[in-house]
Formats: sequence, C-alpha cells, structure tokens
Amino acid sequence: MNFTIPSIPLGNWIEAGLDFLTGHYSNITRGISTVTQTGISSLNDGLMWLPPWVLIIAIALLSWRLAGVRLAMFSILGLGLIWNLGLWDPMIESFTLVVIATFVAVIIALPLGILAALSERFYRIIMPVLDFMQTMPAFVYLIPAIPFFGIGSVSAIFATVIFSMPPAIRFTTLGIRQVPVELMEAADAYGATKSQKLVKLQLPLSLPTIMAGINQTIMLALSMVVIAAMIGANGLGSEVWRAIQRLQPGAGFEAGIAVVILAMLLDRLTQTLRGKPE
Amino acid sequence: MSDTNSVKIQVRGLSKVFGHHPKKALELRDQGLDRAAIREKTGQTLGLSNIEFDVREGELLVIMGLSGSGKSTLIRCLNRLIEPTEGQIIIDGENIPELDDKALLQCRRRHFSMVFQNFALFPHRTVLGNAEFGLEIRGVEKAERQQRAIEALKQVGLEGWEQAMPRQLSGGMLQRVGLARALANDASVLLMDEAFSALDPLIRNDMQQELLQLQHRMRKTTIFITHDLDEALSIGDRIILLKDGEIVQIGTPEHILTQPANDYVRRFIEGVDMSRVLTASSAMHPVRATVRLGEGPRTALHRMRENGLDSIYVIDRDRRLMGIVEAEAVDRAARQGQESIDELIVTDSPRTAPDEPLHNLFAMFQQRSYPIAVVDEAGCLQGVVVKGSVLAELAETSSSQQESGSVGQPQPDAPQQGEKA
Repeated sequence: MNFTIPSIPLGNWIEAGLDFLTGHYSNITRGISTVTQTGISSLNDGLMWLPPWVLIIAIALLSWRLAGVRLAMFSILGLGLIWNLGLWDPMIESFTLVVIATFVAVIIALPLGILAALSERFYRIIMPVLDFMQTMPAFVYLIPAIPFFGIGSVSAIFATVIFSMPPAIRFTTLGIRQVPVELMEAADAYGATKSQKLVKLQLPLSLPTIMAGINQTIMLALSMVVIAAMIGANGLGSEVWRAIQRLQPGAGFEAGIAVVILAMLLDRLTQTLRGKPE
Repeated sequence: MSDTNSVKIQVRGLSKVFGHHPKKALELRDQGLDRAAIREKTGQTLGLSNIEFDVREGELLVIMGLSGSGKSTLIRCLNRLIEPTEGQIIIDGENIPELDDKALLQCRRRHFSMVFQNFALFPHRTVLGNAEFGLEIRGVEKAERQQRAIEALKQVGLEGWEQAMPRQLSGGMLQRVGLARALANDASVLLMDEAFSALDPLIRNDMQQELLQLQHRMRKTTIFITHDLDEALSIGDRIILLKDGEIVQIGTPEHILTQPANDYVRRFIEGVDMSRVLTASSAMHPVRATVRLGEGPRTALHRMRENGLDSIYVIDRDRRLMGIVEAEAVDRAARQGQESIDELIVTDSPRTAPDEPLHNLFAMFQQRSYPIAVVDEAGCLQGVVVKGSVLAELAETSSSQQESGSVGQPQPDAPQQGEKA
C-alpha cells in the first residue's frame, strides 16, 4: 500500500484555527470560566453544607410526590448506599456538573430547536451539525476545551454541553413539527399570529416531547461525567479514573454503581415530569 | 333583523392552481382545456376555475360536491388558508386576496369563524379554553371572553362542561365545542367544513336540526361544505353544486331537485331519497267535500255520491277536523232515520302535519284504507294525501306543477330534537 498523494493537513488547519481563537478570545473564555467556576463552587458548597440525611429525605419526599412510594424507597436506599460508601461528596460534585451542563444545554437548545422547527433552511443547516456533535467521540471536545477554559470543571461542562445538547434540539424540533396541521390550520383560521401559535399551541403540545429530549440530555451529560474526569473535573468520574490508574476493581465498581444510582434517579424523576401534561 | 337581499360576500373569477406554474395552467384553461388535459400537459392541477357567486347576508349557503370537486379548497380560499391564484373575494368592501399579512389577520378575526370536519380542538385546553380561543387571539380581556365563551357553550347545550377536557367528550359533543368556539368569536361569517361528516347518522341529524334552529335564531351568514346531498337539501337555503372545480348549478334545494341544470345534476339527485326531502304538503290535494258537525246523513250521502267518495271528513265550524264517516254507516243511519251523523264519526283516522316528510307517511297507509288528512297546528283541515298521490309525487319530482313551498327549507317549527348526547 503506497500512497503517493500527500495527506491533507486537516489537523494543522484545525489547530491553526483553534490557536487563532485562543489567541484572540481566551481572555473572554477565561472570564467566563472564572464566573462559571464560582457558580459551580457555590452550588457544590451549598449542597455539601446540608447534612446528607437532610438531602436524602428531601429527595425521597420529592420522588414520592412525583413518582410514588417505590421511587422514594429507591432514593433512600440508593443515596444511603452512596453516603455509606463515602462517595457522597463526589456524587454531589457530579450532580452539580450535570445540573449546570443540562441547564446551559437546554437554554441554548430550546431556541435552536424552535428555530429549526419553524425555518426549513435553518433545519437543513443544523441537522448535519447535530450529527457531527453527537458522533464525534466525546473525548475530542476535551482537548480544545482546556486552552479556552483551563483544566477543571468548566472545561468539563463545556464539553458536556456540546455533547449532550443535540437530543434537546432534535426533540424540540420534532415536538413542534408533530403538532397536527389541522390544529395549526384552526389557529390560522381564527387569525393567530406566529408567536401566538407558538406560545398557545406548539410549545404546550410539544412539551412532553421536549421533556423527553431534556431527559436524554441529562443522561448524556451524566455519561460524560466519567470522561470529564480526564481533564480534572472532580466527582464520581475522578473516583473511577483513580481506581483505573491504581487497578482497584472494587473501588471502581463502587463509584460506577454510584453513577448508576444517580442516573436512575435523575431519569425516573425527569420522566415523571414528562408524563404529567396529557 | 337582516336584509336577505344584501350581499355579504362577492366571489368573482376565483381560480386556484396547485403547482408552480399557475399562469400556464390558466392560459390552457382559457383555451378551453379541461382539468385532466391541463394536468397531463403541465403537471398543474386546476383546483378551482372561475368561480362566481354571492353569499347573502344571513343565509345558510351549502357548497356541495364530491371529493375532489374543490369544495374544501373553495372554503379555504375565502379566508386564505389556501392562497387563491386569481380572482376577487369581496367582503364588506375589502378584497381579501389583496390584503397584506396584517390586514389578513384582522380580516380573519373580524369576519371568519371556522368549524372543521375533524373538530380540530386543542387537546391541552379545557372546553372553555377551546371556546374562548378566538377571543383570546383577538386580545379580549379574560373575564369578558370567558363569559362570552360560557354563553356560546350554553347555546350548543354544553352547559356545565366548561372544565372538561376534549378527550372526555364524545364526537357529537366535540363538534358542539367546535361550534361554540366559532359562535363565541362572533365573527360575521361562519364557515363549516364538512362539520357533521365525521358524526354518526343519528347525531348528525340532531346537529343539523340544531344548526337550523341556531341559524334561525341568530341569522348568521353561514357557508356549509358537504359531500352529502341529503344534508345539503335538508339544511341549505341555497346550494352551490361543484364539480371538478367548477360550479354546475346554484339554486334552492327545490330548484335543484325540480330543474337540474344538466345530466350530472340529474344523475346526482337520482340517488336522493325524495321521500325524506318532500313533505306531506307537496303531495296534498285539496279536500273536495266535507260535512259539518250536526248535519244529517242524507246530506252526507249526497255529497259523497256527487264527488264519488266512499268516506267523507267531518269538520266543525272553524274547519277543525273532527273525524271521518264511511258511506256504508251513513247509508244505514239514513235508512234508520237518524237525524245526525255525529255518532258515526271515526275519530282516530290518520292525520299528519304539512311539513311531515313523505317517508313517514308510508307506515300510516299500511294500517287503514283511509286517506291521510293534513291538518295544521290549529287542527284545521288543509288537504288530503292518498297513497297514489304520494307515489306519483315521488315518481315525478321533475315536474314542478305542485306548490311545494316548504321543500327542504328550514322549518321554524320542526319538532324539537333531544338535547345532549
């Protein structure tokens, strides 16, 4: 196998581009980083300031209200186990990461999803971008994140937002496009404006689908938590990472089980939110 | 209340071409090509071609045609849910196709309410929330719009259902909500797109009657689309018959039944069950002879013999029908020297109201050999229907010698239909 054609320096180009961006904009991104870091720390501190049993009871009550006795039992047992294993603080750190990443992702995803639903041209532009974002191995986002945001949680959140945003956009677009044409026609017949149709019809009717998308985003964000430990984000991921480096299968599984418990809790809780309207 | 002669909407030269090159299709149309030929040549579908008609203030105008005739396109062109290709639609001096987006919204809000075949209710809103939708869109303040919505729901018999969700309701009730949404809006024209076609026959019948009553009460200009000729005949003040995007005939139901414009209409009305459309008054003959209460048997016999009857109606001084006497009984009484026929009267002879559909008379003929007396609300004898005349009327509705004024017209005193499903 002899390739005589020189390989295209795609990597060089991308690096040049990134260098340019970091050279010119890293002041701004570092600023963002500092602000975000403060947010993360205060949320972490706040949640850790509460004694674990208070949080466990609060979450159990919430689960009971939203989903019933079984999820409440599960949250008491699961969170109790995490506390018992000494993984409470890493769990809180991971949770904070997921919450902030999901929040940012949804804030960006909703308008983009609405836009893609309403504008055919934007839809055609953004769909390949979403495919790219989702299929690119998640590790790759970590590398450029560091020069922009530095080592630590903010880079992790940046990478997580990019990786977990696509389903929220897709589901928002899907939900709005699924609103039956007859209903849109009825709204038109009564003289509704575009924004009236959006607020009174399209958004309420697509809410269950949008919630399903947000649920997916949360799950993807959580799956990113372990990977994010590679660039120094604290949390359950770094516990797993440490166990790998020290070849401690027991500790690795403990941290892994804590991730699973957190994932199941978040999933069930957000699913009940989706089930509520109609 | 309303002047039946004033025109609410004028439609002139309205055409609609589906496709990207409407000009070409219209040119070919002007050269005399028909729909199929145009589609073959250009790939464009001529949905509507040169439609012209007036909608009068306060009338119930039915646009009737089979699927593919363009009736749904036509009604949607009126409020531009579908953009017409050419032509004028003038409502209160405004030409709808020329309105810009903003004016169009205002025009839709002010002039048009619409009721849909598949109801098109908003599943996430309560019955009340659906009914007030049009007013909400117009920015009417909450207290007022809710009050008007409740009023409209009351009119369609849905009092007490305000807080129900659409999924809790049956088909008939859903369409009542659809109707309430349209009525609450208080737009000047009511568009009904196959509004009752998705309902089962009994409920559809109820809804038709209720629509007629509402229409009678409110005199709202209504354009009603249907593919069902029976429905068109029974509710329409006037009917527009549409075929392949063109108007075949415009006229009152009776006009269409008795003077079909061409073979297409004739074939169309062949299927109509005339016995449901025509009423007793259309098959009624004047009564040739009667006897008064208290007159003697000999007088009665004389009149029967003179007119070749074997029975004769007995009336009182106010022409109220008392019953019938038979020749045989009168003859016997005369021989026995009785003074009066009063004791011979058979009081349970069949009788009917003038607006009773002929369909309902058949059962009566099976019971007795008597003719059926037609009496008005006061009980006065109007005429008589014999079996032969019913069959004759059904057999030759094309000849219009009869004065059948009430055929298919809305009947103010039609029997009340049951409320609520």
